[in-house]
Amino acid sequence: MSTGELLIFLALVVPLFAAAAIYAVGRMPDVRETLTIVACIVLGVITISMFMRVGAGDPPVWTVARPMAGLEVAFRLEPLGALFALMASVLWGVNSLFSIGYMRGKREANQTRFYMCFALAMFAVMGIAMAANLFTLFIFYEVLTFSTYPLVTHAGDVRARRAGRIYLAMLVGASLVLFLPGIIGVQIAAGTTAFTPGGLLSGRVDAATGNALLLLLVFGATKAALMPLHGWLPGAMVAPAPVSAMLHAVAVVKAGVFVILKVSAYIFGPNLISALPAATWLLWIAAGTIVIASVVAMTKDDLKARLAWSTVGQLAYITSAAMLPAAAGLVAGGLHMLVHAFAKITLFMCAGAIYVATGASKVSEMGGLGRSMPVVFSCFLVGALCVIGLPPFAGMWSKFLLISAAFGTKEWVTAAAMIVSSLLGLLYLAPVALRALLPPVGDGSPRAFIRPGGAPGPAVAAVVVTSIGCVVLFVFADAVTAYLAPITGRAR
Amino acid sequence: MISFETLHAAPPALVAHAPVLMVAAPLIAACAAALSPSARTSWMISVTGSIFAAWMALALVGEVARRGAVDYAIGGFAPPLGIALHIDGLSVLMALLVSSAGVMASLYSGHSLAADVRAEKHTLFQSGFLLCQTGLLGLVSTGDAFNAFVFLEVSSIGTYALVAIGEKRDRRALPAAFNYLIMGTIGATFYVIGIGFLYAATGTLNMADMAARLATLSDSSVVQAGFAFVVVGLGIKAAMFPLHGWLPGAYSYAPSLIAIFLAATATKTSIYLMARFVFDVFPNGAAFGQGFITSVLVPLAAAAAIVCSLQAVFEKEIRRVLAFSSVAQVGFILLGLSLASVAGASAGLFYLAAHALMKMTLFMALGGLAISLGARRIDELAGVARDAPWSAVAFGVGAASLAGVPLTVGFLAKWRLIEAALQSGQIWIVAVLAIASLLTLLYVGRMLEAIFFRPAPAGAQRAREAPVGVLVPLLVLAGLNIWFGLDASLPEQLANAAARALLGGAS
Repeated sequence: MSTGELLIFLALVVPLFAAAAIYAVGRMPDVRETLTIVACIVLGVITISMFMRVGAGDPPVWTVARPMAGLEVAFRLEPLGALFALMASVLWGVNSLFSIGYMRGKREANQTRFYMCFALAMFAVMGIAMAANLFTLFIFYEVLTFSTYPLVTHAGDVRARRAGRIYLAMLVGASLVLFLPGIIGVQIAAGTTAFTPGGLLSGRVDAATGNALLLLLVFGATKAALMPLHGWLPGAMVAPAPVSAMLHAVAVVKAGVFVILKVSAYIFGPNLISALPAATWLLWIAAGTIVIASVVAMTKDDLKARLAWSTVGQLAYITSAAMLPAAAGLVAGGLHMLVHAFAKITLFMCAGAIYVATGASKVSEMGGLGRSMPVVFSCFLVGALCVIGLPPFAGMWSKFLLISAAFGTKEWVTAAAMIVSSLLGLLYLAPVALRALLPPVGDGSPRAFIRPGGAPGPAVAAVVVTSIGCVVLFVFADAVTAYLAPITGRAR
Repeated sequence: MISFETLHAAPPALVAHAPVLMVAAPLIAACAAALSPSARTSWMISVTGSIFAAWMALALVGEVARRGAVDYAIGGFAPPLGIALHIDGLSVLMALLVSSAGVMASLYSGHSLAADVRAEKHTLFQSGFLLCQTGLLGLVSTGDAFNAFVFLEVSSIGTYALVAIGEKRDRRALPAAFNYLIMGTIGATFYVIGIGFLYAATGTLNMADMAARLATLSDSSVVQAGFAFVVVGLGIKAAMFPLHGWLPGAYSYAPSLIAIFLAATATKTSIYLMARFVFDVFPNGAAFGQGFITSVLVPLAAAAAIVCSLQAVFEKEIRRVLAFSSVAQVGFILLGLSLASVAGASAGLFYLAAHALMKMTLFMALGGLAISLGARRIDELAGVARDAPWSAVAFGVGAASLAGVPLTVGFLAKWRLIEAALQSGQIWIVAVLAIASLLTLLYVGRMLEAIFFRPAPAGAQRAREAPVGVLVPLLVLAGLNIWFGLDASLPEQLANAAARALLGGAS
C-alpha cells in the first residue's frame, strides 16, 4: 500500500473506528468525548497531509474494488475535494468542542448515539470528498443521509420525527429518482463516471442529453437545497444546535454544493456548461432561490430558522457559481463554500450558546443580551458580516469574485440577485447582533441566564475560533484561490 | 474476470452424464429419504443429494462455457422423438441457482424442522423437498415442452404438500396450500392445453424442433391460442401480477425452509420457462409476441412493481411483506426481460439471481429467529437486534440489498436494470423502477426500524440467537450479498451468457 493509499484508507477508517469506539465506551462520557477529540485531531493531520500532497502535484489515489465492468469504487484527491475534506475535519474538531459544552449544558439524552452518528457522518463526508467517480460518490452521499437522520430526529418528539421523515423522503427520494438515473446516464454516455479534468462529457453528448443530465444531477444533489427541493433544510432545524451548525451549515449542505461543483468542473467541464441552455435555466432558478430565501429569512423570528433560510440562499450562490459560463465561477464557488462554512457554523454555534445560556431562541427575545454575553454576540456579528460580505472578513472576497464572475459573463440576473440578497442580509442578520449589543430601546430588562455562569466555556471557545477563522481567511483568500485554480481544467 | 472455460469441476466420465445426474440425484435421494429410518438420516440424505446436484450444475457451467450448449438424449433416443435435455447458458444459470438454493435450504433444515414440522413427518418432508428440487432442476434443463410440464407438476405437487406441512405452526397453512393447489393446477392445465395446441400445429414437442417449425406458422390462430394458454398458465405459476393471489399465503404459512426455497426458486423457474417460450420457442420478433410484450407484459410488470410494493408497505405481517415484495420484484425482472435487448435480459436475469439471494437471506434470518420466537407481525420483532444480533445483522444485510443500498448486490442489480432501460430509451421504465425502489425503501425501513431501533416491549417473549447450524448458512448468504456487491463479475458473466443464449436465437 503506497502512502497515498494509506492516507485515504486512514481518512475513512479513523472516523469509522471512532464511531465504533464511541459506541463501546458509551457509558463513560469523559472517555467518549476525549476519543472524539482525538479522532478529530488525527483526521485533521491526515487531511492536512493529503491537502499538501495535492498541492505538491502528487494526489493520493486508491482503487478499492471493481464490482462490474466500468464501475469502480475508487478515490482520487483533487484540489476541491482536498479543501472540502480539510475544511470538514477542522470544523468537526471545533464543533466537537462546542458539542461537549452544548450537550452537557443541556443535559441531552442519547449522547453516545449523537457522537457516534457524527463520526459516521464524517466518514461519509471523507468518502464524498475523496471519491474518484460519481458511483463512489453516490455510495457515500447516501451514507451521509442515513447517518444524519438519527441526529435530525434526536429530540424524538413528534415534530422531530416528522422533520426526519421529510428529511429522508426528500433526500433519498431525489437521489433515487433524479441523482441515480443521472449518474447511470453519464455512465452510458461516457462508459465511466470518473471525474475528469476539463469535463468527462465534453464532446460526448448532444445538447438534449446534456440538458437532461445536468438537470438530473443538479436537482438530484438535493443536499444543496436548490428550490423547489429545499424544504428539508429549514425542517431539519429541529435538531440540536451542534447538528445544525456542523451538518446543516457545513457537512451535509456543503456536500450538496460540492457535488454540484464537481459535476460542473469534472463531469461537464466549463466548455460544455457554457454551451448548455440548462445551465442558464439553473442560473435563473438559483437567482430566484437567492432572493426568495433572503426574503423569507427576514420574516423569521426564530433565529435558527432565519439562519437556515439564509443558508438556502447562500448555497444557491455556489450553485450559481458552478453554472456560470466562466471557469472563474468555479474557483469563486469553491472559496465561497469554504468561507460560508466558517461563517455559518459560527452563527449556528452562537445561536446554540445563547439558547443554552438563556433559553432564548427567538430574535425578539435577544434584545440587550449582548451585555451579558458580549463575546458570543461579537462573534455573531463577525459571522453575520462575513456572510453579508463586508471587509475585513473572508466573505467579501468570495462575494466579490462571484459577482464579478457574473458581471464578466453578462449574467445580469445572477449579479443582481446576489447584490440584492447581500443588502437583505444586512437587514436580517446584522440587527440580531446589533440589537443585542446596543443599549436596549424601550423598557424591559434583558433575559436572565437560565444556566448559572452563562454559555459553557467550550462552546464560547469554539465560536471564538471560527470567527477568528473568518478573519484569517480574509488574509489568505488569495492562497485558496490559487490552490483551487487547477479545477478549471487549465494547466496552472 | 473469471473464465468458466477452464472450470473442470468433475471427472469427464461424470460430466458426460451430468445433465441427467443433476436431475436424478435428488430424485433418488427423495426415495431414499422417504425410506430412511430416522429424521437425522433423512437430513443427511437430503444434504448429500442437494450437494451432488449442485456439483453437477457447477460441472455443467464449465462444460457450457466451452461448448455453448450441452444436449443429452435420455436413454440414447435421439430427439425430436426422444426426450432431450438441452442445457445452455440460461439453463446453467437457473440450475446453479436452484441447486445452490437447495444446498443452503437443506443445510438450514437440520435445525429448523423441529420447530416447523411434526416429528413423524420429517422423513417425508425431506423427501418432498428433494422431489421439489428434482422438478425444478428438470424443468430448467429439459429441452422438451411436455417434459417441462411433467417436471413442473413434480415440483408443484411437492410444494403443495410442503406448504401444507406448515400447519404445525399455523393452521392457516392448510387453506393456503389448498388455494395454491387450485391456482397451481389451473396454471399447469393452461400450460398443457397450450402445449396441446402447439403440438397440433407443429407435430413436435421438442422445443428446438418446435421453434424451427413455428418460424413459418406464426400467423396461425392455433399457434397464437397456444401461445396465450402457455403464457397465462406460466403467468399464474410465476405469480405475475394480477395472477399472484396464491403467493402471499403460500410464502407466509409454509415451514420456513420452504419459504426460503420457494422464494429463491419457484417463481423464478416459471419466469425462466416463460422467457424460453416468448423469446426462444416462438419466433423472435413475431408480431404477436412483440404485442404481448409491449401491451401485456410491460404494463402488468410495471403495475406489479408499484401496486405490490404499496401493498407491502401497508402489510403488517412480516412474511407477507416479503411475499408482496417478491411479486413486485417479479415485476422488476419482467421489466428487464421485456426490454428484449441482450443488456435488458442480462439485467433482468442478474436481478433474478440477486433477488433469489436476498430473499433467501431474509427468509432464513426470519426462520432462524422464529425458532425461538413465533413472531409474525413486524411489531413483534421489536428489539430483536439486542437478543439475536447475528440474525439481525444478516436480516439487515438482506434488507439493505433488497432496498438497493450501495455495496450490496441489490444495488448493482438495480443499477443494471436502470442502465438497460435508459439504453433502450425507456425513460418511463426508469421512473417506475425509481418509484418502486422508493416504496421498497419504505417497507424495508419499517422492518429495520422495528428490529434495530425499537426497544422490545416489556414482558414480551425474548428471542434467542439462532443455532449455529442455521447461523452458518445464513451468514454465508449475507456475506454473498456483500461479496457480489463488491465484485459481481461471476453473476454478471453468467447472466450475460444466459442473455445471449436466450436472445441469440434457438441454438
